[in-house]
Formats: sequence, C-alpha cells, structure tokens
Amino acid sequence: MTSTERLYTRAISTRRESRKEKPEDTDRSILSIHDRSGRLRGMLLALKIVLLVALGVISVGPVLWLFKSATSTSQDILREPLGLWPSGIQWDNLVQAFTTIEFGKYLTNTLIIAMGTWAFGLLVATTGAYALAVLRPKYAKVLEFAVLATLFVPGVVTLTALFLTVLDVPLLHINLINTFWAAWLPASASAFNVLLMKTSFDSIPRELFEAARIDGAGATRIFLTIVLPLSRPIIGVVSLLIIIASWKDFIWPMLVLPNAALQPLSVALPRLAKTAELSLLMAGMFLSVVIPVALFLIFQKQILRSSGSMGALKG
Amino acid sequence: MAPAPRATGPLRRWFTGGGAAALAFSLPMILAFGFFSWWPILNSLILSFQQTNLVDPAVWVGLSNFAAVFADPLVAKAAMNTLWFTVLSVAVGFPLPILLAVAIGELRRTRSIASGFAYLPVIIPPVVSVLIFKQFYDPSSTGLLNTLLAGVGLGPVPWLQTAATVMPSIVIQATWAGFGAATIIYIAALAAVSPELYEAAELDGASIRSRIWHVTLPQMRSVMLIMLLLQIIGAFQVFTEPFVMTRGGPENNTLTILMLIYNYTFISGDYGRAAALSLILAAILALVSLLYLRATRGWSQGK
Repeated sequence: MTSTERLYTRAISTRRESRKEKPEDTDRSILSIHDRSGRLRGMLLALKIVLLVALGVISVGPVLWLFKSATSTSQDILREPLGLWPSGIQWDNLVQAFTTIEFGKYLTNTLIIAMGTWAFGLLVATTGAYALAVLRPKYAKVLEFAVLATLFVPGVVTLTALFLTVLDVPLLHINLINTFWAAWLPASASAFNVLLMKTSFDSIPRELFEAARIDGAGATRIFLTIVLPLSRPIIGVVSLLIIIASWKDFIWPMLVLPNAALQPLSVALPRLAKTAELSLLMAGMFLSVVIPVALFLIFQKQILRSSGSMGALKG
Repeated sequence: MAPAPRATGPLRRWFTGGGAAALAFSLPMILAFGFFSWWPILNSLILSFQQTNLVDPAVWVGLSNFAAVFADPLVAKAAMNTLWFTVLSVAVGFPLPILLAVAIGELRRTRSIASGFAYLPVIIPPVVSVLIFKQFYDPSSTGLLNTLLAGVGLGPVPWLQTAATVMPSIVIQATWAGFGAATIIYIAALAAVSPELYEAAELDGASIRSRIWHVTLPQMRSVMLIMLLLQIIGAFQVFTEPFVMTRGGPENNTLTILMLIYNYTFISGDYGRAAALSLILAAILALVSLLYLRATRGWSQGK
C-alpha cells in the first residue's frame, strides 16, 4: 500500500463514520415520553391522524385526481370531476396520448434536455469547484467572488439579456435558438451548484493530495481518482437538483425552443391545453408526472435530506 | 498536451507548476459564467441605456428607457399586482410550513410518510400543477372546487373570472406547489435543535406551548428569517403561475412585473425598456434584501 492509498482508505472510512455518527433520529423533541404517555395521549393520537389525513388529501389528492381524469372521458372530467369513472376506465387515453398528442416526442425532448443539462452542469460544477477548492491558482479568490456574486443577482433579471446572448453568442456569433444547446448551456452557470460542490471538496483532507502528488499523480489523476470518488454523495445530490430543476423549468425552454418539435413537456402541455381533447391532455399530464414521482419514491430519503440541508446552507 | 512554448522562464515555471492545469480546470466555469451569467448581467446594464432592434446599430438613449417604463400605466398595475401576490403568498406560505414542520417533527413512525406527502407537490412540474388547478377552478357549478363548496352550502365561486378572486386563486395554487420545500427545510432545522433544551425547559415546568414558543421558534429564528426573505424575493419574480393560469387576465389583474418584462421583450421587441424594467426590479429586490438584513441583524444572532 502506498501512502496515498493508506490515506485514501482512511479518508473514506472517516467519512463513513462521520455519516454514521450523525444522529438520524433524536429521541426527544418538543414532546417528551412523559407527554406522549400521559393524559394527552388520546388527543395526540387524534391530532396525528388528522394531520396525516389532511396532508394526504391535500398533497396526494390532486395527483390521484389527475390519474382518475387521465383515465376518464372528457365529459366525465367536466360534468362529474369527483365521480369515479362514471363511464368506465378509459385506459385507451394513455395510449392515445402517445399517438394523438405525440407524448413520446415531448418526453424524449424532456429527457434529452435533462440529460444534457445534467452533463454540462456537473462538468462545470465539479471542475470549477476542483480549481477553487484544491488547485487554488492565484486568481481563485477573484474567480470565487465573481461566481458567488451571481448568487445575489436574481436569474430572471437577466432574462432579456440572456435571451439576446443565446440569439447571438458573443464572439462566436452563433444563434442557439431552436437548438438544445440553448437549454443545456445557460443552466450550467449555477453558482449554487459550484458552491455545494466546493464546500464538499474543501472537507477532503489536503494531505491526501500532497501524498498523491509525491506519488507522481497530476492534477487530472487526483481529480479522477481521489476527488470524484470521495464526493459521490454530493455529486448525487447536485445531480438530483439539476435534473429536477430541468424537468420543472418552463419559462426558459419556452423562450429558446419556439419550434414545437423540440419542446419539452413543460412547454408543450400548456400549448396543447388550448387545442387538445381534455381527456388526452389529462393523460399527457399524468404521464409527465410519472417519472418525477417514481424518482421521488426511489430517492425520497436523498431528496428530502438534500432539500433540508439546502436550508442549513442558506441559513 | 502541446509542449510549453520554449521561451521565458516564468511561463515554463507556470506551466510545470500546475498553472496550466488550474486554468484548464477553471475554464468550463469561466466560459459558462462568462457567456451565460457575467456577460448577460453586464449587457442588461448596457441595454437599459440603449435603443436596439438587433438589426440597426444600437443607439445610446440615456435614461429614456427608464422614462418609458415609468410612463407606462401598466407598470403601476403590474407592480400593484406583484405586491398583492407577494403579500398574499407570504401571509399564507410563510407560517404554514413552520406550523406543519413543528407538527411533523413530533411524529415518530409516520414522520417520513408525512414528509413525503408534504414534498410530493414540489416534485410535480409547476406547469402541470397549474393546469390541474385550472381545471379545479372551473367556474361552473359542476367545477371540482365549486362542487365541494356546494357541499357546505357555498358558491359557486367565479375563481379565475373576477378581479377579486383571481389573485387568491393563484396564491392557493402557488402555495400548494411550494409549501413542501419550505416544510422540509424547517423539519431539518428542527432536527438540529438540541434535545437538552427541551429537557431543561420541561424540568422547569414549561408547558408544550411555551416549549414551542420559548425553545423551538427561537432556535429556528435564523432559518425563518432567511426563508422569509427568500420567499419575498421569489414572490416578486412570479411568472409561470399567472402566465399559464390566466395570461395576466382578467383585465390585467394578474399581470406581474416579470410578465411585463416578457411582453416588452417578446411581444413589443423593446429590449431596452425590458432591460430597464429588469434593472428596476433588481434594484428593488436588492434594496428589500439590504433593509431586511439590516433590520434583522440583531435578531438572527439569537439574542
């Protein structure tokens, strides 16, 4: 074992331990065991049930209603929005969404946009954070300031100027409108992702890099074999953030992809809402939430933890 | 990699000392931010003092874009609408997640289910959630919400059809779509509160209510202050909800500042005026943040 490898394994194991040590669930909060078993017990139970039922109805209800409407006739959706399939379940709507309103095409566009945004977003965030946190050239402080300063400029404020940039990219004079590049590239300039990544890279012990350098590893090798593997959790978090944000984005893809054949679901659905059969629109809307909801159910723990820690970071 | 240019010592030393590698790794970030962040910010400033139609060379016009913005009667209307949206959405959307997080924080076995429920609307793309609610807001007596209201002897309400009801309707939808994100952040903040504090409070005989009031809320104060500011800033930039729900109607009653910027840019092609209005919005947001942070500096330290 070289000194690098030893340090490396130590770093991984200490990271694992520190994650284990984090209290997953503290035993007490506002209420104590005493409160929970005392005379309040019945009332607390009732309150808990009310809370869960109300949350369930309010949060999950509209999604279930969307499923019901996606498999109903347009007549039923309009006349009896609360009726349970008065004219029978129309599974055919889901098939017709693919043929009549070309759901598949818009889904493909959504996926292409999400994947490209993810690739460029990660590239910029990981290499940029590596330069700022590990390589630290002389201009790192200035660069870091310039990047973080953009956090304080609300994105929408530069909407017009950003659109003009994409319309005629400075120096290169290319028009990116109606190309996926227009959706992929601007999203990669996310100071928040760079900041998240840099905070994580900062916590990697520096002796690890020194040792690797003595063993003859260059900047690229250290990046690929030490920094990236050690940062899998934060890369996962940033990936989820980028993909969810891209899936939800509406205004930007609407502006830069006026060609209907290139539009993602978020842009196509409001346009279809004006012309398409209501039942098919509902079917398309339902299908468009299946993937994000499935991702959420699979990665619930990671998504909730990263969304929660974003608050800690902001605070 | 190409050999370092044979020449000066400092350049070679820079290259072999890792300077080239550092620059190469910084490059994607410099290019991405240069093209899509720093230049647009700078160009916003330039555009706001110019008249341009992208064909003829741009002309410097001084402050006339700003004058045109203030002369537009729709700006006052959009500003009032945006302010009204902000007031309503913060009045509901700020306290609700706090209460919900405090309640969910007390759950044991069902806590992750409740958090999952709360976060589900955040996962739904905003456009889909707006279109769902648009259907709920069907003004006829067979509309979903009107059917529910009829069950308790109310309505029918003309949700999106009248000036008085349209903004609250949009706020309800926006709150539904957004409350989960804030709730999860508060739940995380609550989990960080040290159990000893509650222990001590209880030993001192503090009731549940005074434990919430004197332990929980003060411990969450800094998160609450930041969240309030972020919610205000977010609300000022509302676009998707009124754009998809009502297109600004009826009679411009849901026209917001950002929709006006959109109209200037993409309907009138008046980039100078759009940039001027963008800068005014940015200046207002900066001023609000500054005043807010100054006013709350003392409280957020937890004294």
